[in-house]
Order: sequence, then structure tokens, then C-alpha cells
Amino acid sequence: MKTNSPLQWLTSREGIYYLLLALLLLVVLPLTLDAFRLNMVGKYLTYAFAAIGLVMCWGKAGILSLGQGVFFGLGGYCMAMFLKLEASTPEATSNQSTPGIPDFMDWNQITELPGFWQPFHSFSFTLIAVIAVPVLLAFIIGVAMFKRRVGGVYFAIITQAIAAILTILIIGQQGLTGGVNGITDLQTLMGWNIRTDAAKTTLYFVCVGLLFVSLLVARQVQNAKLGRILVAMRDQETRVRFSGYDVASFKVFVFCLAAGLAGIGGALFTLQVGFMSPSFVGIVPSIEMVVFCALGGRYSLLGGVYGALLVNAAKSGFSESFPELWPYAMGALFIGVVLAFPNGLAGLYERYIMPLEKRLPVIGKYLDKDSPEPQAPPVVSDQLSAEKS
Amino acid sequence: MKTPKHSLPSRPRRRLLAGLLALPAVLALSTPSFAAPPTSEVNTSGLAVTEDTVKVGILHSITGTMAISEIGSVQAEKLAIEQINAQGGVLGRQIEYVQEDGASDWPTFAEKARKLLRQDDVAAIFGCWTSASRKAVLPVIEQFNGMLYYPTFYEGLEQSPNVIYTGQEATQQILAGIDWAVKEKGAKTFYLLGSDYIWPRTSNKIARIHIEKKGLKVVGEEYYPLGHTQFNSVINKIKLRKPDVIFASVVGGSNVAFYKQMKAAGVDLTEEDPLLLTISVTEDEIRGIGGENVEGVYASMKYFQSLDNLNNKEFVAAFKERWGDDMVIGDVTQAAYLGPWLWKAAVEKAGSFDVDKIREASPGIEFKKAPEGYVRIHENHHLWSKTRIGVAQTNGQYKVVHETKDLMEPDPFPEGYK
Amino acid sequence: MFADYSSTELMSIFAMQGFAGLSLFSVFVLMAMGLAIIFGQMGVINMAHGEFMILGAYTTYLTSQFFQNVIPELFAASFFFAMVLAFLVSGALGAFIEWAMVRHLYRRPLDTLLATWGLSLILQQAYRSIFGAREVGVDLPDWMMGAFNVTDFVQLPINGLFVMVIALSIALAVYLLMYRSGWGKKVRAVVQNRPMAEAVGINTAGVDRATFALGCGIAGVAGSAFTMIGSTGPSSGQAYIVDTFLVVVFGGAQSLIGTIVSAFGISQAQSTMEFFLSGSMAKVLTLLVVVGILMLRPEGLMALKVRR
Repeated sequence: MKTNSPLQWLTSREGIYYLLLALLLLVVLPLTLDAFRLNMVGKYLTYAFAAIGLVMCWGKAGILSLGQGVFFGLGGYCMAMFLKLEASTPEATSNQSTPGIPDFMDWNQITELPGFWQPFHSFSFTLIAVIAVPVLLAFIIGVAMFKRRVGGVYFAIITQAIAAILTILIIGQQGLTGGVNGITDLQTLMGWNIRTDAAKTTLYFVCVGLLFVSLLVARQVQNAKLGRILVAMRDQETRVRFSGYDVASFKVFVFCLAAGLAGIGGALFTLQVGFMSPSFVGIVPSIEMVVFCALGGRYSLLGGVYGALLVNAAKSGFSESFPELWPYAMGALFIGVVLAFPNGLAGLYERYIMPLEKRLPVIGKYLDKDSPEPQAPPVVSDQLSAEKS
Repeated sequence: MKTPKHSLPSRPRRRLLAGLLALPAVLALSTPSFAAPPTSEVNTSGLAVTEDTVKVGILHSITGTMAISEIGSVQAEKLAIEQINAQGGVLGRQIEYVQEDGASDWPTFAEKARKLLRQDDVAAIFGCWTSASRKAVLPVIEQFNGMLYYPTFYEGLEQSPNVIYTGQEATQQILAGIDWAVKEKGAKTFYLLGSDYIWPRTSNKIARIHIEKKGLKVVGEEYYPLGHTQFNSVINKIKLRKPDVIFASVVGGSNVAFYKQMKAAGVDLTEEDPLLLTISVTEDEIRGIGGENVEGVYASMKYFQSLDNLNNKEFVAAFKERWGDDMVIGDVTQAAYLGPWLWKAAVEKAGSFDVDKIREASPGIEFKKAPEGYVRIHENHHLWSKTRIGVAQTNGQYKVVHETKDLMEPDPFPEGYK
Repeated sequence: MFADYSSTELMSIFAMQGFAGLSLFSVFVLMAMGLAIIFGQMGVINMAHGEFMILGAYTTYLTSQFFQNVIPELFAASFFFAMVLAFLVSGALGAFIEWAMVRHLYRRPLDTLLATWGLSLILQQAYRSIFGAREVGVDLPDWMMGAFNVTDFVQLPINGLFVMVIALSIALAVYLLMYRSGWGKKVRAVVQNRPMAEAVGINTAGVDRATFALGCGIAGVAGSAFTMIGSTGPSSGQAYIVDTFLVVVFGGAQSLIGTIVSAFGISQAQSTMEFFLSGSMAKVLTLLVVVGILMLRPEGLMALKVRR
């Protein structure tokens, strides 16, 4: 990767992949889909943020988190709290016993806005919180775990337990959080009605824009020395440690990065879907996010995006036609990805499509001039032995 | 698919039709020979109505954790639609349904509702079960001006112009139940127990206000996470506090664990010490719990499968013929069955499939063939209906021991909440 | 809160509460024993563990239906047949899954998590297609219902005692099998050093399959026992999975004794807190304490000391 100027990068093989994705998301889909379907794609893309985070955290650094739903949910809840406060003006809620607080609080006989809701009147605070709250939690978890060298399977299971705890907590504190129904009936963002088709289309483009920003940030990290250390750490943690690196800090960093990305995805999800509920925080969505990433190819950033898009599109399509068969298909997909092509779509592409490209008359030669950087290690890393070493 | 939106309906004819159809007798009599009005008259808002069909949506979970509860509603709605079609349909049009799976996932519900309204242009949606799914669907229905018939008994605190609530709101179930326990059983102390989500919590708040207003006492209030299966501790607490009545709104799989553990802990519910009054265990749930474990449990509902009236006998027979002899029918299943019928009556009264006209026509619509007896739509879009107390038998059926004299008025925003 | 009660009443309540904790303990032990073998010994994260339990529960349901309809005179003994059958059915499915899926993944433990999660989705939907979405109730023989009245206040539920007996016998059997039999030695040898085990002539593939099948079979027995106290529906297994993993991890994954100690600790903590707090908060606090302790002591309560 010797390209320096942006233009050079865009004409490199990697750059073309990014351009193709941009073409798909910014031109092809908006032109071919109606507003309803486009909004659905927008919703799928919010999961792509979490998938990108997982590519960094799991694919690159070998840390499998089963708690990405927690960060996705926290980002989403921060945004939902802001929107809910905006929707709960004293005028709009004049039929409540305490006007001016969210409706579910009134139903739970809460008469004053709780303290932790207060700052969410401010939009700039909310924007910061969307990233800061997930990152802060990730930092606390990360420091506590990685400094004590908890890793691998244990880390996965503990993050899963955290997802369970947060779900029960949100459901139990119904007066403060909206309980199992979540925070619903969100209408406007700074006076802008987010329910109209025009607004949803705008939000879609915002979402695509932020997705590319996130991709480029993640790519920057991946290509910097930092990224190399992460990969080295995944494959031979002990050697990296003996080389004098503070392994735990790197892990904390990448975990926080993944959490922040998931948080952004969650906030965009709230904006596009119009509500947030504890069902995005729990164990099932967290595992599904891992699947998006695994299907796309856990070592490939773009793979994560395609994985999120494809799994969700398949889910919608399949469940419209054969609702009862959908779980079978989904289950088979999980098993198939793991058993048959552990490097996901990206791995399949590298193995089968790329050799074909070279045979193409003009393009093949052009693409061949900068040989691709292998995304995945030749064999799937032996995580068990890495843990034990 | 879409029919043209121009051409105004001719007013006099519509009114004549509406007048004719409002006659209750016609409800059961509209036959294919009845000349169908042209599509341009009955559909001015671009719904999926053709000269001889009309499309509606069914939106329930048939996969995931909620499928257990929602399957019965799907069956009832399909039965009602088939029966209506056999009688000649609505305004001379056969009803076609598009079924979508909410997959026990709230955003999926919202997404599917959008699809039903925007792509399929359905004239009405029969669906949702949990409050959370209804809350998720509500903004979509309101934005695209759809009509939802919602079957579940629920917590109230809602009144959307785009929803007809065919189940009871909380007060209809709770007040009559508590009054009965106080009057007939001399109950003085209550223990409130529920699953941890909005419906049990709101229900228990309504119950607490009502109990305390009578000068009686609530000696405990407790919630367990959905799906919780260990109730030994709360059973001990109940033994310690010795309430006269346990007022239970535990839902789903937790029910099975709760009643089995009650029985195992030596609490014989048939002795009524304490008496257990539930608002969440229908005949459907008893199948999973086992009749011998709930014998002696009292339930406050509007419908029991054992109701002794002609409508219900026909309904139960038809349901079993369509879905199998081993089917049981619970309160919500019956409420789901009402949906298509009430919609049909409203369409015929309005003489149009247009949602705005149906909304206008809905209050006052009555359905005399309801299995629960007789229902009428209130101004607030809920149903006037009777509340009954039944006691569970070992065969999994309830025996009705009490029935309110009059129809209970729905009151979705009770005192102390507004 | 206790002022209104006589001391005998209080004593009985505490006795009952202790018993509640013990029955929760036996539930945890049953859930965790199978997983302790599969996850603790073999390192396979079996997310479909709950579904193997439910398979046992459905087997029990079918068996009891069969006895009721065909040989009602033997109904009283049906439960024992059901448990054996549940063990065999779940074990057989486990062996098949090991052959078809898990054996390809021993070097990638995190991937077993994804694959078995997929398996759990498939199994759940299969149960739904076969048995219907509604929960099924298993009829128990009469002798299992009811309670021993120790005093007027203290009742010990018979099925609770029965579950406890099963839990303890299984724990004992697993202990003997793993630590006092030649086969157990082989299992431990394979777990600790696969190449060396192979080198000394152990058929590691066979040991793997048998171990996985054993773990699944025990899950089946657990499911069978749970029909007495819980519900049997297509997705009932999901409710157990987090608790089960936490019990095993908390105990120290490779130590069976650790699993039992942790099951005891968590169950007592939860049932005590449930008595003083609301159910939801008790659950949150228990999980928080467990996660907190795990952060301080990541290897769990009883770590197996091996040189690697």
C-alpha cells in the first residue's frame, strides 16, 4: 500500500471497491428502490456500523464481543431520549398529570424528569453522548477485563452476561426507560419531521455518509502501525507482549472503537425507525451482529457492510415469502458460514472471483498492477492455541 | 393493483346502503346476490379493492417466543374471514388476506405494517399481540392512516383514532374482578404478582388504587423478569404475608413454573386460602400448565370457551372444525375473532372501505353474534363488554361463576392516571 | 418486616427459603453439568445446550403421552423410562452433531459459538413445526405431586426433592466417570494435550464424540426433570442459556467441583436476594456480582492448575 494521494488511492484496487460500494449505496439503490425499501436499507446499514466495529475488534484483534447490542442500544437510547424530550413538550402532553415529561413516566406516576434525562434536552450533548456513553462503558469493561488478561471465550461470555443485565435493568426500570415497550412515538428532530418519506431518504444519505466516514477511520487504524500490532496480537499475543507492547491498552482501544461505532449505528437506527426498545440490547441482536460480520468476512471492513446488508435483506425477503422457513435458513447460514467458508463472502471473493478477474482482457491487467493485500491469514487463526500459549 | 382515486361516490346511494346495512339482521344475511357497489364508490383512497376482492392484512408472530400466544389469534382471524367470505364477503367483495410474520420482534412488526400499508394497500390490519408490538406499529398506522384491530387485553392509557381495541383495557378486567373477590369472598388483603413489563405493572397500579380506595390492604407487590422459572421465594413470601387474594398477572412460560411450584409447595388453590385471581391465564395457557395444576384458580376475563350461549356454541364448533378438535379457545382468540366482523359491520355501515369513513362509522357498531354475547364499539374505540369470573377445572376449562349484570364501560384513562 | 410473626413461623419460613435455595441449586447443577463437560472439558461453546434440554423435555412429554394412552397401568413408572429415553435421544443427536459439525471446529472455539447458535435456531423452529408453537404440559404420576408436611408450615415438595436427587446423582455419576474411570482419564488426557493423547494411542475422535454425546445426554435428562417445575415450549431453552454459562464460567471452566460450588453460591445468593428484593432486581444484582467477581478473578472460583 504505497499510495499516498487520495486520487491514487481511489484508482487502486481497494479504492475501486470503495467506489463500487459508494456507487451501489448512493446511486443504484436510491434509483431502483422506492422510499419504503430505501428506508429498510437504511435500517440495515445501521447494523453495518456495528459490523465494522466487530471486524476491527474480532477480525483484526481477535476479541469476540457478544455485547455489541449493548453499545448499539446505548447509542440508540441516547438519541431516543433526546427525541422523546423534544416530543414531550408541555403543550403536546397537556393531558398528562405532569405535562412536559415523557408519557411513559406519567403512566408510572413519576412527576419530575429524572436527573440523568436532563442533559438530553441539549442536542450537542446528545451527539457527544451517543458516542461517549458506549465508549465509556466499553472502557470500563475493557480495562477491568484486559488488564487481567481475560480473553477469548471468557470475554465473550461475560459480555453476553452484560447484555442480559442491561436488558433486565431497562425492562425493570420502566418508569425511567419505558420498559419493554422502549421509547416510542418519536416524531421530530429539532423541529424536522423525521417520519416523512423525504426525511427518511435524507437520513438514508446521512447514514451512508457516516458509514463511509467510519469505514475510512477504521481503514486508517487498520493500515497504521496500530493495526499491525492488533493483528500480531491476535495471532501471537505473548510475543507482542514480550516485544514490550502494552497489549491490554491496545485491546481496550479497539474495543472502545467498536463500541463507539455501534453507538453511532444505534443512534441512526433510532432516527430511521422512530423508536428504541430493549430488544436491541439483548443477547439475540448481539449475536446477530456477529453473524453479519462473520458472513461478510470477519477480516474485511467492506465484507462487514455487505454482510449486514445481505443477511437483513435475506431476512426480510425470506420472511415475507416463507415466514416459517426463515429460521431454518438463518440457522443453516450460520452453520454454513462457519463450516464451509470461515472467511465469509470476502474470503470467497478472494478465492474464486479474483483469479477470474485476472483473465479479463483490460481490467484484469489493470487490477493486477497492484497486487491485493491478503485480508485474511492463510489458515484461520488458531485461537485456542493462541489463548493457551 | 391500485384503483383510480378520482370519481366521487354518489352520496344518496351510499346513505341508503349504509342505512340498510346498519340493520343488524343484514349482518348475517348479506349474500352474493346483493349487488356490489362499484369500486370507485367504495374506495376513494387507493386501497387494494377490486370489483370482487378486498385485501386485508394479518400481522402476528408466527415465529419466535410470542408465536405461542399469537397463533390462536391468527386462527380466529382466518376463521372469521373465511366465514364472512362464505356469506358473500363485504360489500359483495371476497376478503383476501396477506399474512405477515412479526417474528416476535417489534421493529419487524413496524416494518411489516409499513409494507402492508404501502405495498399491499390493505384496507385493514388485524394484528399485534404484545403492547410493545402495538406501540411499534402505532406510528406507522397513524402516519399512513391504516386501521388496526388489536385483540389483546392490555394496559389502556391509549386511544388511537386508527385502532379498534377488541380486547379489554385494564379497568374492565380488574375492577370487576376485585369487586367480586371483595363482595363474594370477603377478601381484605391482596398480594400483587406479575411479570416485569408494562401490562402487569399498570394493571397492578390500577388494582392497588382500587383496593386502597375501598380501605383494604395490598400486602405485597412483586415482579419477575419475563421467562423466569423459579418462584419458590415469592411463594414463601406469600405464605409469610398470608394474603386473602393473590392477584396474578404472570405471563408466558413463567406461568407454568409458577403454578406447578405453587402446587408442589403445598398450596392447594381449591381451598381458596389464599384465593388466586388471575387476569392472564386463559384456556390457551392452561394447556401448557396442565389442568390439575390450576384447579381452583379464578380468572377475570370477558370470554371463556365454556360460555353457555348459542353464538359461542356455533363459534366453538366452527373453530374446532376448522383447526382441529384438540383446539382450545382463550379470551384473546375470541377477541381476535371479533376484529374482521366488526370491520365488516363498519364497512357496511359506512358503505365504503375508506379508513376515514370506517373510523367515523365505528362508534356504535354492534355485533350481536359475538361469541362473548354482545359487544358494541365505544366512542373511545374500545368495546363495551361484560366481565366474567371463571374458576378453572381439571379439564382445562373455566366454569363461569359470576358475570357482570351490565356491559362494562371501557375507560382507557382511569382516574389517577390522567 | 418480621415483627408480626412468631418464632416458629419465622423458623419455618427460613427453612422453606433454604429449601427454595437448594432446589434452585439443583436446577443449576442439572443445567450446568452437561455444559461443564462440553464447554469446560472440551472447550466447545454450545449455544444449543438449552435446545438439547428441551429435546429431553419433549421426549418426556411424548413418553408420558404414550404411557397414558397405551399402557396406563405403568404410568407411575413412566418418568424413569422418560429420563432414560431423554438421555439416549439427546445423546444421539449430540453424537450426530459432533460428527457433522463440531469436530471440524475444535481448533476454533469461538466459531463453535456461531455454528451452535445456528443449530439452536434450527432446532427451535423444528420443535415449533413438530409440536406446535404452544407450550405442552407433561402429566406427572400422582406420587410425584404434593408435598411432605414436615410441620404445619414446612412443606417439602416431592418433585423438588426428586429433582434434587437426580441432580446429585448425576453430579456424582459424572464425577466418578471423569475422575475414577479409565474413560475419564482418556477424556482428560485429550483435553489437556491432544497430540500426546493421540501419540499414546487414544482414539481422540471417539473420545470427543462420546464426551459431547454424554454432555448432551445429561442436558436431555435435565430437560426431562424440568418438565416437573417449568414449561416446555419451542423456545423455553433460551431462558437457561446465560445462567448456565455463567455458572460454568464462574466455577472455573475446567473444574467440575467448581461448577457445583458456583451453582451453590449463585443459587443461594439469588434466592436470598429474591426474598428481600423484587425478583427483577435480585436477578440483576446476582448477575452483577458474578460478573464483578469474574473481573477480579477471571479464571473462576476453582482454577485447574495445569502447565501449558
